[in-house]
Amino acid sequence: MNMSLENTKIGEKVIIKKVLNDNSIKRRLLDIGLTPGTIVERVLENFHGNLVAYMIRGALIAIRNEDAEKVMVEVI
Amino acid sequence: MKKEKNTDRIIALAGNPNVGKSTVFNALTGMHQHTGNWPGKTVSNASGYFEFNHINYKIYDLPGIYSILAHSEEEFVARDFICFGRSDLTIIVCDAVCLMRNLNLVLQVCEITDRVIVCVNLLDEARKKKINIDLKKLSDLLGVRVVGTSARNNKGLDDLLKNIDLSFGEKRKSLKVKYQNEIEDSIKIVEDSLNRDFKLEKRWIALNLLKEDCDIKNKISIFENINLDDGDLTESLRRAKNKLLEADIMISELEEYIVEAINNKAEEIADSVTIFEDDNYNKKDRFIDKILTSKITGIPIMILLFGFIFWLTIVGSNYPSSIIQEFLFNIEDKLFDFLTYIRVPDIINEMLVHGVYRVLAWVVSVMLPPMAIFFPLFTLLEDVGYLPRIAFNVDGVFKKCKTCGKQALTMAMGFGCNAVGVSGCRIIDSPRERLIAILTNSFVPCNGRFPTLIAIITMFFAGVGGGLSNSFLSVLLLILVISLGITMTFIISKILSNTLLKGIPSSFTLELPPYRKPQVGKVIVRSIFDRTLFVLGRAVSIAIPAGLIIWLMANINVGNSSLLNICSGVLDPLGRLIGMDGVILLAFILGFPANEIVIPIIIMSYMATGNLVEIDNLNILKQLLIDNGWTWTTAVSVMLFSLMHWPCSTTCLTIKKETSSWKWTALSILIPTICGFIICFIFNLIVKIFI
Repeated sequence: MNMSLENTKIGEKVIIKKVLNDNSIKRRLLDIGLTPGTIVERVLENFHGNLVAYMIRGALIAIRNEDAEKVMVEVI
Repeated sequence: MKKEKNTDRIIALAGNPNVGKSTVFNALTGMHQHTGNWPGKTVSNASGYFEFNHINYKIYDLPGIYSILAHSEEEFVARDFICFGRSDLTIIVCDAVCLMRNLNLVLQVCEITDRVIVCVNLLDEARKKKINIDLKKLSDLLGVRVVGTSARNNKGLDDLLKNIDLSFGEKRKSLKVKYQNEIEDSIKIVEDSLNRDFKLEKRWIALNLLKEDCDIKNKISIFENINLDDGDLTESLRRAKNKLLEADIMISELEEYIVEAINNKAEEIADSVTIFEDDNYNKKDRFIDKILTSKITGIPIMILLFGFIFWLTIVGSNYPSSIIQEFLFNIEDKLFDFLTYIRVPDIINEMLVHGVYRVLAWVVSVMLPPMAIFFPLFTLLEDVGYLPRIAFNVDGVFKKCKTCGKQALTMAMGFGCNAVGVSGCRIIDSPRERLIAILTNSFVPCNGRFPTLIAIITMFFAGVGGGLSNSFLSVLLLILVISLGITMTFIISKILSNTLLKGIPSSFTLELPPYRKPQVGKVIVRSIFDRTLFVLGRAVSIAIPAGLIIWLMANINVGNSSLLNICSGVLDPLGRLIGMDGVILLAFILGFPANEIVIPIIIMSYMATGNLVEIDNLNILKQLLIDNGWTWTTAVSVMLFSLMHWPCSTTCLTIKKETSSWKWTALSILIPTICGFIICFIFNLIVKIFI
């Protein structure tokens, strides 16, 4: 099932399928290791729920929902 | 330390943010430089020297970066230095706890040069989390020297030095990531047309000539003296690009394929050298995060934590402050007598003791205790890794203002010193959001303004003499003032986002680094020496001439009144309009070099006209102020104006440097000043009408 990283649940582990093309965001996401095949876990949500921290390649990194929306994932 | 020579070996120190790069740098050079935990703290290009085995090394501490595929200013700086900085060796510092992500940068740098040493730092932290790393295997896989360190505990640094020394005079071949066949083939085509020796790796040059990025192509062509319009080269590039197109690889997507391949290789290597003895190695961190960043407890804990720090600062500084005051003012009399005794002319004696010394004594006694308490506590928060969590908690509000949560980090730095906060804005990637953060930073009261606020709160609202309830009231009022500053930051940020600096919030990523056990002893020493004494030194060096000037102004008479009276008289109507008087406004103007001296100038000015001799406690000071017409509205107005007026000269200069524009500098002065005038005016209007 295809869905975006934004719609994952806390504690859910997903595998990255594709990062939709949106230049500036895409490069930044690639830098932090969000490439296809990477396993990512949603860990924390902030007060307003607009910023979510994910476990990505051993590091805890927060991404805004608008950006997470661009990352297509599959639940594993 | 030896002077720079041409024979010095040059080392570039690179690494991700938060891996202890600056700690390694300090340990190697012995140079004092503050290391922090906010992502991207090392924003400037610090350099230092060290000597090993009779050879001099010059080492550059590059900004912390995740990748050298430059997007941000810091990445540009670091990439250009690694590629074109003519360094003889690049040391890449890695975090043993998240080696996988760190290896990305390592593999990228290995593509550029074989002259690499990998320094796996924070081994102590890894061991605590039961993470084992096979350094020997890592070295074999990467083809470069690998050294394990715990720089904070000075472990492994001798080994690092030895390896640096040994690495000169050996030839190694570092690992080059293999891409898919089509990309490899195209690289080969371009490589073949580059038939001579280069300073950089030929393979990397070929790959970058294929990319769309003009900036890197131009820099390579200049550095390696390659003619980009050369017939053979353009022909081979055309063939190589066709080859890629045949395989359905767009040139614009080339970088993506490269990043993916590097990421996967990094993961493969990290997996094969890392052994997690405990699968829940970050369980404790997650537990702490659940408390410190959750929707319910996150923000209240943050406010309580800061409240507690302010409370400790206020309560803790009361006692030492009065002791220092008593001591220093005791000396004042003795100094005066002594100077009279050795027959220093009265006028000079007056000038030195009642002019320079008195201001100096005030600045030291009022500033030193709060700083010596606040800075270490704050540095402790920084050291633990809490500050990025603040940005995480409050990002929602910043998003509403169309800016970025990292602005919260720069505001936190502003509590220490606005100039530091302004240069800290470099961690914000979007130029628009960065400018907003710079322009609004001075709404956060810095340490130079805290003592003023605390003194006024204590005198006029909370009551002098201490007591637990009084101190809580003080903190509450202080938080109220700070909250107003923060609210102003949001309002002005939002206004700027909708007018002068229009735009949509840009994407950003924020790393929440692992919590680290703070090194209390080191933190105290470091924050006292690097921050407290530095700021105090600056204040003192400004207080001396300021004391002199103010004394001269008070004692040089033009006609019937002193220069000071004339100046404050001119400013008086304007001062009255916003609930203060000419003297106070003049003090703020003369306090432009440093906010710390505003109160001492006010005291000096009042004393020059009155006949009070000594101010050795706040009660006497309060009486002096009341005698000069202060009421509670004056006190509130002074606090409001202290919160919102022009930034100090150092901050202005920093803003000029950071924005390289006089226009933005002028705006950064105008915005808070206008806000201050308007709010003070409205406040006094309301008081006059209703009370």
